[in-house]
Amino acid sequence: MTLKFTKDHEWVRVEGDTATMGISAYAAKQLGDVVFVELPEVGAEFGQGDELAVVESVKAASEVYAPIGGEVTEVNEALEGAPETVNASPDGDGWFAKLTVTNASDLDALMDEAAYKEYCEAL
Amino acid sequence: MAAQDTTKEVGQTELKRTALHGLHTALGAKMVPFAGYDMPVQYSLGVLKEHLHTREKAGLFDVGHMGQCFITAEDGTFATAAAALEALVPASISDMEPGQQRYTQLLNDEGGILDDLMVSRINMTGHDHMIYLVVNAGCKNADFAHLDANLPDGVNLSVKDDTLSLVALQGPKAVDIIATLNSDIAKLVFMTHGEFELSLPDGAIYAHISRSGYTGEDGVEISAKHDDMVRLVGHLLQHDDVEMIGLGARDSLRLEAGLCLYGNDIDTTTSPIEASLIWSVQKHRRSGEGYLGAARVAQDLKVKTRRLVGLKPEGRAPARAHTEIQDAEGNRIGEITSGGFGPSVGGPVAMGYVDVPHNKAGTSVNLIIRGKAQPATVVKLPFVPNRYFRGE
Repeated sequence: MTLKFTKDHEWVRVEGDTATMGISAYAAKQLGDVVFVELPEVGAEFGQGDELAVVESVKAASEVYAPIGGEVTEVNEALEGAPETVNASPDGDGWFAKLTVTNASDLDALMDEAAYKEYCEAL
Repeated sequence: MAAQDTTKEVGQTELKRTALHGLHTALGAKMVPFAGYDMPVQYSLGVLKEHLHTREKAGLFDVGHMGQCFITAEDGTFATAAAALEALVPASISDMEPGQQRYTQLLNDEGGILDDLMVSRINMTGHDHMIYLVVNAGCKNADFAHLDANLPDGVNLSVKDDTLSLVALQGPKAVDIIATLNSDIAKLVFMTHGEFELSLPDGAIYAHISRSGYTGEDGVEISAKHDDMVRLVGHLLQHDDVEMIGLGARDSLRLEAGLCLYGNDIDTTTSPIEASLIWSVQKHRRSGEGYLGAARVAQDLKVKTRRLVGLKPEGRAPARAHTEIQDAEGNRIGEITSGGFGPSVGGPVAMGYVDVPHNKAGTSVNLIIRGKAQPATVVKLPFVPNRYFRGE
């Protein structure tokens, strides 16, 4: 499945009953060099829009929200030693966490790639 | 994702611009409101690379938003002007030689810090009675009002923001580069200054240059008329080793260098002694008399309450300003005032106030980051050894 995006610049990709999420290339560029990512614990449950992670650049800390509700099944532990992966590959190796899909209709509120692109251009 | 940019201030009125504003926007800088000015927070390199570039080569900073002024006495003597300023700052001013520069603070009558500043005695025949000050952008209007109100009759303040720009060229290659325009500049040592003719290809300019800065690196600060500065900066940027550096990297550089940022680490609630700035208060200025706020300086030396210290988090999570500091038993012992990621350190660094006796280097503390206790150690500042040039 393709990526879906939130207005807060998270992306999510649902494959089967697992959702992988991270921050968009636009967000990574706006942040600048990522120096630290605080990831949630496996097993933690989040509602759509709950604060799930924190991403830090040299200058500032930013909250990252759950694009859909679910339980964390896996986190990208590689980011601990290599947070710069978020800049190098925001929607690939720089993913943050995998979630179960609690409510598939959460996806309806999100933008597809074309709509998100338009949204960013208007910012 | 929600960004919290600490540089941004709310309530945008009409933002002022420095003489280099057009250059910043032409270079694609990300501009933010800062102390009433529209200032570059970063350029295309980004904060991390700008920081590292400054430590490796030479970074050029527009600090034209800072306040520049002169204090002169109507009797034409340095002694009268120095005595007047000395009544308002803890540093000794009367004994300054022409060409010397000192760091000090303006204090209120409770000994709280109104601003920190650089004081120079001009080194030019016929002008060495003049005192030149550089103060913080965010405080300058209040500083000028404070000076106006407190300088005695016969001692005058002359603000030069309308005519003078200010830049800093910092890094191990900075002096070599500026000295190509006048080789005498290389003879300056740290915290001295002079007036120099700079031979630019399209005509010479005159500049006031001090060997100082706020990055921990060797380098210079250059004051020149607005139009001359635009030409000088254009010329310096042709050099392969020179990059423009924004406020973001300026902040991470000064933090690694253990230097206070007014508004974060020092303000009217902190005294110079609490802020560990005792090195800037000469011994004979610690008696409790002789200047506004002197009693607080003496009192804080006697009754030790808290001190500004370096804090090195053990993990990778940066501890930002206002993070609570606890002892091993979970008692609150202080608060972070500046904190972030140190690109040259390669990890988080912070400064904050801790209650005495937890201020000793090597003390283990906990930083409460997003509700979790993260271990950290009190360390000696700076985090990165300073590289000031104090002579061969």
